[in-house]
Amino acid sequence: MTVLALAFPKKLARIPWVPAIAGAVCAIAVLVAVLAPWLAPHDPNAVDPLNAYAAFSPEHPLGTDDLGRDLLSRLIMGSRTSLAGPLIVVLAAGVAGTALAISAAWFGGWFDAAVSRVLDILFAFPGLVLAITVAAIFGAGFVAPVVALSVGYLPMIARVMRAAALRERSLPYIEALRVQGFSGWHICRRHLLPNLAPLLVVQAAIGFGYAMIDLASISFLGLGLQPPAADWGLMIANGQPSILAGFPQQSLEAAIAVVITVVAFTVVAERLAERFGGGVR
Amino acid sequence: MTSPLLEFQNLRMAIGDRPILREVTLSVAAGEAVGLVGESGSGKSMTVKSVVRLLPSAASVSGAVLFEGTDVNALGPKELRRLRSRDVAMVFQDPRATVNPVHTIGHFLTEVLRDQGMSRSEALRKVGGLLADVGVDRVERRLRQRPHELSGGLLQRVVIAAALATEPKLILADEPTTALDVTTQEEVVAILDEQRHRRGTALLFISHDLELAAAVCDRIAVMYAGEIVEILPAARLHEDARHPYTRALLRSRPGTVAPGERLETVPGTPQSAADAPAGCVFADRCPQAEKDCRTTRPVLLPLGTGLAACHLLERNA
Repeated sequence: MTVLALAFPKKLARIPWVPAIAGAVCAIAVLVAVLAPWLAPHDPNAVDPLNAYAAFSPEHPLGTDDLGRDLLSRLIMGSRTSLAGPLIVVLAAGVAGTALAISAAWFGGWFDAAVSRVLDILFAFPGLVLAITVAAIFGAGFVAPVVALSVGYLPMIARVMRAAALRERSLPYIEALRVQGFSGWHICRRHLLPNLAPLLVVQAAIGFGYAMIDLASISFLGLGLQPPAADWGLMIANGQPSILAGFPQQSLEAAIAVVITVVAFTVVAERLAERFGGGVR
Repeated sequence: MTSPLLEFQNLRMAIGDRPILREVTLSVAAGEAVGLVGESGSGKSMTVKSVVRLLPSAASVSGAVLFEGTDVNALGPKELRRLRSRDVAMVFQDPRATVNPVHTIGHFLTEVLRDQGMSRSEALRKVGGLLADVGVDRVERRLRQRPHELSGGLLQRVVIAAALATEPKLILADEPTTALDVTTQEEVVAILDEQRHRRGTALLFISHDLELAAAVCDRIAVMYAGEIVEILPAARLHEDARHPYTRALLRSRPGTVAPGERLETVPGTPQSAADAPAGCVFADRCPQAEKDCRTTRPVLLPLGTGLAACHLLERNA
């Protein structure tokens, strides 16, 4: 799934009409998540055992799961945690990573060396492994994996931002600002940051896709959200026994939702990266 | 002469054990314009940057840079910021590279004033007037434009207006016209000169163009390999130049020989402070160098209307 969702977008982003559609898909995904309670036709947790494994019908457009819950409603409600998780991860990692990166680039010397070494060490731990470990220690749920992934994604963003900040800091206009007597804080906040913002957006958009897959994997392993919550990763996991029973709808539909969303976000990220430069791994 | 606004006293600078400035002694009086002329790598920029302590962190400095009698190198962070934001302004070589591209011209110009507590409308009114002073048309529109929408010459005028905004006592101009084409060069220099005279601002003007510096400045200091070899009144440049290096530079200008003839050159290649001989810095390239030129260093001595550092001149004086 990871390969499928993350290898193709680079090529897809070059096809002229694809980024526009991807952007539309992203917008729809966000809208659905925000308006979920009004859009869901049924209560996502309403059990109806007599109607289990229902086929597609006007009443249940995407069928029902093993407990007879409406799958469309569960997908719609599930988009909330499925999108909010990665969003929080890239926001937290982006803000903290950029702050660290700019201060490291600005102060240089031993501070930069210390920050860079710590980031290297963190970088050695795959974010997913870190998140699984943390979830195993602090208990499954929404918060622990999201916090751990934020830490896991921090070095990825911080390293790219530090390199860019170093380059930016050495430009003559920064020197000109220093001659004008501005404080380091003022220069970093009002000049460095706006110049680095496009790159940060690209980084965050790329990270979003990765974080979504990581969080879905954690839910799949049972360390994320717990039943009966509606969450795409959890739905993939819970649908497994049904696949053997010959009813793959639940896992399949949730997986398709994850893949479409991740591809859409990553295509947009690639398009932004082409536009603003830099930041593609 | 009254006590100078800016004074370099035996300023020496090195990065590691590589010398950058060997010895710079120079003063700029209030309202005076001094031109610092020399080849690339002669230490002009470093001399000027030392006024606002804009030096590489590895640089070790000895000697003093006095601004209104206070050593710049002894200033605390707050006083240094005050010096940079109010007393001294700097105009750099390439306006395109020294103005942040993401902000508007209005933001760029008012930033310092706003930082010093001026209201937005008051700051905008002030810089609007300044832009008109430096010959920028359609001021309202310009204030809303971004750097890439302006031509190089226009942008350099904006930079000059920014330098004037804080009403500094001294403007440091580091080859302000090198990045511009020749026709805009003249305009920009004329504007800088006019505004400076009108406000009584002192100017330290870096150039590798002797003629240009002589046109704008009261006095010319010629630098070679991290040392000032001659200081003389700009008006007497051609008549009174005595140092072999200055004379060689003057001889190698276009216009000294008939069209079609080869221009004279200064033999050899420019040397940095690290490569120059231990005695007189120019000894390796000087056609008249004698034995003691290589071993003992000459000091700046009053000669006629100026000062020159040369053993030959000492002997003949």
